[in-house]
Amino acid sequence: MIVAGIDVGGKNVHIVIIKEGQILGKGAAPTGIKKAEAVEHLYDDVLKKMGLARKDVERVVATGSAAKRVAFATGFITDAAADARGVIKLFPKARTVIDVGAEEGRSIKMSPEGKVMDFAVNGKCAAGTGTFVEAMSRALEVSVDEISHLTLASTQNLSINAQCAVFGESEVVSLIHQKVSKPDIARAVMNAIAGRVASVARIAGLEDDVVLVGGMAKNLGFIDSLKKNLAMDVVVPENPDYMGALGAAEAALAAVTTDGVKIRVFEKETIS
Amino acid sequence: MAEVQKTKEFWRWPETNWVNPNINWKKSEVITAGVDVGSVSTQAVIMVDGEFFAFGNTRTGSDSPNSAIKGMGYALEKTDMIIENIDYCIGTGYGRVNVPMAQQSITEISCHARGANYMYGPEVRTIMDMGGQDCKAINVDDKGKVLNFMMNDKCAAGTGRGMEVFADLIHVPVWEIGPRSFQIEKQPPPISSTCVIFAKSEVMGLLEQGVPENEIMAAYCSAMAHRIMELLNRLSVKEKFVITGGIAKNEGVVKRLEKELGVKTAGRVWYKKEFIERGYPFDTQLAGAIGAAIFGDALLKMGKAKSARKA
Amino acid sequence: MIANYGFRDGSGDWYVTIDTDKCNGCGKCVEVCPEKILEVGPDEFDIFREEPVAFVKHNKRKKVRYSCAPCKPGFEEKPAPCAGACKFNVISHSDGWKVLYG
Repeated sequence: MIVAGIDVGGKNVHIVIIKEGQILGKGAAPTGIKKAEAVEHLYDDVLKKMGLARKDVERVVATGSAAKRVAFATGFITDAAADARGVIKLFPKARTVIDVGAEEGRSIKMSPEGKVMDFAVNGKCAAGTGTFVEAMSRALEVSVDEISHLTLASTQNLSINAQCAVFGESEVVSLIHQKVSKPDIARAVMNAIAGRVASVARIAGLEDDVVLVGGMAKNLGFIDSLKKNLAMDVVVPENPDYMGALGAAEAALAAVTTDGVKIRVFEKETIS
Repeated sequence: MAEVQKTKEFWRWPETNWVNPNINWKKSEVITAGVDVGSVSTQAVIMVDGEFFAFGNTRTGSDSPNSAIKGMGYALEKTDMIIENIDYCIGTGYGRVNVPMAQQSITEISCHARGANYMYGPEVRTIMDMGGQDCKAINVDDKGKVLNFMMNDKCAAGTGRGMEVFADLIHVPVWEIGPRSFQIEKQPPPISSTCVIFAKSEVMGLLEQGVPENEIMAAYCSAMAHRIMELLNRLSVKEKFVITGGIAKNEGVVKRLEKELGVKTAGRVWYKKEFIERGYPFDTQLAGAIGAAIFGDALLKMGKAKSARKA
Repeated sequence: MIANYGFRDGSGDWYVTIDTDKCNGCGKCVEVCPEKILEVGPDEFDIFREEPVAFVKHNKRKKVRYSCAPCKPGFEEKPAPCAGACKFNVISHSDGWKVLYG
């Protein structure tokens, strides 16, 4: 059976198409303002590249903040459950999943079977998310890739005091005025977001192995700061931003969704 | 009063200064000053024998000490006083520890309480102050003493910066947003994102959908008024209710806040009738600096501080 | 005076509240706080107060959401260590932790 997992996030849509045991294809595109359209276009693109048609896909499970924009979904699953399912499949020893996307950061503690035991979310606030890094990169006048490399070249371990992306931007500007070097400012930015992410993770509980997923997991500077802040090793999969979509696809395969038809995959409600 | 500056910087309030023509400071006993260095604007106020003598309202630059010096210079500009004539100066605000001419620093919560009491009178019981990077709710007694306070200086939403980011985004000067937010056919639902950065994307989406600008301003002002209301309700608002800080000049937020709270804000006029009669300017952004200068006066009178006057 | 230290953002209300009228500066709360966010010293909000008072340290105020979370304030039967150690009911917490994590 061929199934699809679609993760409609604040910034990007990710799609994974799988068959039992193998990933057949995947694709990503910016969500933009017209989310439903972005989903439709990407889905058709991905299928086309694989030589498949929509009818070849038996089930489609959607996840992500704008999951409901997937008009053709056969089921939905929460972000936390998707993360857990995706990660446990690739990393059977994983017990903690930290997912930092563009607009939300969350931490999930799982059982050996991949069941969500506890989780904590940093939502509704850009600090502690990819948006924070984007804003700081703008203030520093570098790209998000560049800020990652700059971090690794830092010589001081400063931090940003502001706990807000908007105030953080002014703080970066004043650090620039104080002639602090770009690498050191970049490190300060990564320390700030790593600190917030680690705080959220401690609330859910930390247990080895810790797996980091989501768009921010592609940022080496962030990974470095996070490892130091947690004082723990962190495993990062290839294509970490596809984990949500992969988990949704796995859920489709197992015919488990949260739209009331089948078993609920998680214990706690996301409140924020 | 200084002219409104026509610049492309949509989020900047104009700078102003003034001196009281009815006071001869050379015949006075005690001269104190308060310097409120905020993240966006800096105010310096000079009180002569506890009376309102002069002020300067300037933009805070990239460093606090220079901003304090500039603010104080601006306050003194229309007077023939020099800094060395001042007995005691108190720094307050975000940059209070970096006010070079201050002998002491006092938190802006206490200074705003005291200043609001001076400006609006002993009936004031609740003050909401929104500065560039914070929002404070303060309950006071009839002497301007703090009874209860709650502050947010962590999150940009519900702070002056939140309004500035918006003004910058839609290219409208902050002082126009209030009036224009009422030039609408219907009141739209408030912006739903509680975070300024996410609200920016939401606003961009609305602009793209062709929603009229004035309506978007109305939606943003509503959202801000709602946030402030939530903060105030944790303290319980009592009349006389006053708003200080830059946001008091934004009727788009103020009127909507009054409606949500069911409480009217006190009129922006001096408590002392002769001040009104003589046409003294009433600038809500001065409350912190006024309070600081009054504390200086009180500390000297109580013998808890020594005059630093040099000339 | 009721001093509320902390912040509110989209995720909730995160405040540590200290009733300074009831506080005698004994410092028991300072000893038991596992995150060391409390201190006793001059009252910055009432410059005419003679006795010292308990307060949340300046550099901890914007992070109370995370510092107080492990003590689970408000959503278990027993009070947080700081409130439990105080004989005069000086310290309390807002409901942010209970709403989000309780």
